[in-house]
Amino acid sequence: MSTIVMLPDQQTASLPKRSYLNEEYGLKSWLLTGDHKRIAILYLISITIFFFIGGFFAGMIRLELLTPPSDLMAADTYNKMFTMHGIIMVFLFLVPSVPATIGNFLIPIMVGAKDLAFPKINLLSWYLYVLGGILVLAALTLGGVDTGWTFTTPLSTHYLNTHVITAGLAIFVAGFSSIFTGLNFIVTIHRMRAPGMTWFRLPLFVWSHYAASVLMVLGTPVLAITLVLVILERVIGIGVFDPAKGGDPLLFQHLFWFYSHPAVYIMILPGFGVISEVISTFSRKRVFGYTAVAFSSVAIAVFGFFVWAHHMFIMGVSNYSALVFSLLTMLVAVPSAIKIFNWSFTLYKGSITFETPMLYAFGFIGLFTIGGLTGVFLGSMGMDIHLTETYFIVAHFHFVMVGGMLMAFLAGIHFWWPKMTGRMYPEGISKLAALTTFIGFNLTFFPQFILGYLGMPRRYAAYPPEFQVLNVLSTAGATVLGVGYVLPLLYLAWSLKYGKIAGSNPWQATGLEWQIQSPPLTTNFVETPVVDYEAYDYEWLANKTKHEVQTVG
Amino acid sequence: MIATHPEEHAEHEHSPYLRHHFANLEQQRETSTFGMWLFLLTEIMFFGGLFCAYLIYRNWYYPAFVAGSHQLSIALGATNTAVLICSSFTMAMAVYSSEMRWRKALVGWLLATIVLGGVFLGIKAVEYREKWEKRHVPGLNFSAAGFTHQDPNYPEDKPLAPDMAEKTQVYFSLYFAMTGMHALHMIIGVSILIILVIRAWGGAYTQGHMTTVENFGLYWHFVDIVWIFLFPLLYLISRHQ
Repeated sequence: MSTIVMLPDQQTASLPKRSYLNEEYGLKSWLLTGDHKRIAILYLISITIFFFIGGFFAGMIRLELLTPPSDLMAADTYNKMFTMHGIIMVFLFLVPSVPATIGNFLIPIMVGAKDLAFPKINLLSWYLYVLGGILVLAALTLGGVDTGWTFTTPLSTHYLNTHVITAGLAIFVAGFSSIFTGLNFIVTIHRMRAPGMTWFRLPLFVWSHYAASVLMVLGTPVLAITLVLVILERVIGIGVFDPAKGGDPLLFQHLFWFYSHPAVYIMILPGFGVISEVISTFSRKRVFGYTAVAFSSVAIAVFGFFVWAHHMFIMGVSNYSALVFSLLTMLVAVPSAIKIFNWSFTLYKGSITFETPMLYAFGFIGLFTIGGLTGVFLGSMGMDIHLTETYFIVAHFHFVMVGGMLMAFLAGIHFWWPKMTGRMYPEGISKLAALTTFIGFNLTFFPQFILGYLGMPRRYAAYPPEFQVLNVLSTAGATVLGVGYVLPLLYLAWSLKYGKIAGSNPWQATGLEWQIQSPPLTTNFVETPVVDYEAYDYEWLANKTKHEVQTVG
Repeated sequence: MIATHPEEHAEHEHSPYLRHHFANLEQQRETSTFGMWLFLLTEIMFFGGLFCAYLIYRNWYYPAFVAGSHQLSIALGATNTAVLICSSFTMAMAVYSSEMRWRKALVGWLLATIVLGGVFLGIKAVEYREKWEKRHVPGLNFSAAGFTHQDPNYPEDKPLAPDMAEKTQVYFSLYFAMTGMHALHMIIGVSILIILVIRAWGGAYTQGHMTTVENFGLYWHFVDIVWIFLFPLLYLISRHQ
C-alpha cells in the first residue's frame, strides 16, 4: 500500500535567494515581525533557553537524590529546586513547545495561508511569554518559590513566605500567551484555509493542534482566575480558599486541575500531530484510519475536561464522584489507544525508513504507551491510593511528558528543520542522539516506577538507604539523558552553517509545506494554492513528480 | 495544484484596509469577528471560575449570603444596572453610526458610552467606600460583629450564629472578586473607548472599515451582560420580605 516517490537528487539543490530569513535584517526586523515563521523562531530560541534552565534544576534534583540524606542542599532549597523545575518545564517549555514553535511555523502553511489570522496578536503572545519568563526568573533570583508547581492552598496562601505572588503572576501572564496562540490557531484553521482545503484534507497535525487550541482557549482562563484568587488571598486576605474564613481549599484544587488536567492534553496533543506526520512520511503511507485519528484528537479534548478530579482521589472528594471520575479517566484512554493502534497499522506493510525523526517517533510510541497505561493504573482508585504522591506518579507523567512530548518535539524539530532553515541536520550524530535520549530516558525514569511502587514519596530531599541503588541508576540515566539533549543543541547550531542544503522536499513528503521552497518565502506561497488531493496522498505525489520536475530554489 | 485567482489580486489593490494575508475584505471581517467571539468565550470561562465558586458557597452558606446581600444597596445597584443598559444602547448606536458613516454621531455616541461607563465606576467606588466604612472588606478590615445581631431592616431574618457570621467573609470575598474583575473590565473598556474616540474624530471608522468598533461593541455588551448576572446574584438574594 505504500508508495515510493523519487524526487530529483537533492545534492543539486541550492538555497533560495529570497526567504523569510533574509527578507529583512537586523534585530528590529525580528522583534517587531508579524511573520509567523519568525515568531516561531523567536519562540524556539526562548523555549530552548528555558528548557535548559529547567533541565539544570532537574540535574540538581537528581544530584541531591544520589545519596539518601539531604546533604547537597537543605530541604527547603530542594523544595525550591523541584518547584522551579516544574513551573519552568510545564508553563514555559511543554505548553508552548510544539504549538508555539512548530505549530506556529507550519499551521498557516499547512492550511495554505500566508500567515496566521492575527499576526500582531501572535507577536503579542510571544512578548507575554517572555514577560512571564522574566517574572519566573525574577521569582527565582529573589529567592525562589517552594509550593510545587501546583500552588496548593492553603500552603501557597498562608504558610510560605517565598515569592508565590511573582510566580503566580508569571503563570497568569504566560497563560494569556497560550490563550492567544490557541485563539489564533482556531480562527486560522476555520477561516484561512486555501481553496479546496476541506476539513478532511487537513493534515492530522492541524487537527491535533485544533483540539489542543480548544483546550487552551477554554481551560487557561480558569487557571488565570484561580491564580488571581490565590494572589488576592495572599495580598489582601480574601477568603475564597481560606478555611478559617469559610473558604474551601479543595475548591482551589478543583479549579486548578480543571485547567491543569486538560493542560496535559494541551502538551501532548500537538505531539500526536507531529507523530502522525512523521510516521506517515517514513512509512510512505496514508495514516491508517485518518478520520478516527482526527476525531480521537477531538474526543481527547472533550473527555479531557471531565477527568480532573482523578488528581484528587486522596484529597477528600466524595467516593461517588471519585467513582465517576475514575470511569471517565479510563474512557479517555480509549482515544489515545486509537491513535497508538492507528500509527501501528500505518507502519504495517509500509516502506519504513529509519531517519532520525522516525527514531524519535518510535521512542514516542513505546514510551507514551507505557506512560498512558500507567495512567490507567493511577486512574483506578485502589491503585491510586497506594501510588499517588510517590515516585510512581513522577515516573508516569515523565513518561508521558518527557518520553512522549519531548520525543515528539525533537522528532518534529528534526523533521521540519530542513524546512525551517533550508539545511539538513547531520544524520549520523542525530541518530546517536536519539538513541542516547531513549536509553538515558529509560534509565532515569523506569527505576522510579519501582521506587514509587515500593513507596518512596515524591518531593523529599532525603530517603531511606534501601532506595539508593535505584536512585543512583536514575541519576546516572539523567546524566545520559542530559548528553542526549545537549547533542541536538550543538549539531543543530552547527548545521545552520555547515549542514547540507536540504532542497524543498528532502523527505518526499506530501504536505503543502513540502511543496514550497525551504526556507519559505515570507508570504509562504507565490500564489494561493488550490488543494485537490487528500492528506498523505503518495499516489498524488508520485503522479505529480512523473509529470513535472521539482524546481528547487 | 497551484492556480491563480485574478479576482483576489484585483481586491488587493482596491482596499487600503485589506491586510496582506487575507484574500478579501469579507474574509478579513469574518476572521476578526470570529476571533472576538472566541475571546469572549475565554472571558466566559474566566468569570466562570468565579460563578462556580459562588454557586458552591451560596449553597453551603445560604444564611450568610442572605445577610451579606442585605448589606448592599439595591438603589445603587439598580441605578448601575440601568446605567450599563443605557451604555449598551449608546454603544449599539455608535456601531450603527459607524456603519452609516456618520463621523460626528459616532464620536458623540462613543463619548456618551465613556460617560456612562464613568458613572458606573463612580457609583461602584461609592459602594466600595461604604463597604469599607461598614468594615465589610475581608482581609483588610473585616468585622462579622454586625451579623450576629438582628438586622432592623429585615425583621424576618434571624441573627446569624457566630460561625455562620464568619462565613459572610466568603460572600464579601466573592463580592469584591466578582465586581472587582467586572470593574477591571470596565476600566479596560473605557480606556479602549478613549482611544477609539480619538481615532474616530480623525475619521478612522467611518470610511467603510468598522470592524474595530463592531468588535469593541461585542466586548462592551459582554461586560454589560456579566453585570446583568452579577446584579441579581449579589444584590437580590431573598429580598422578598
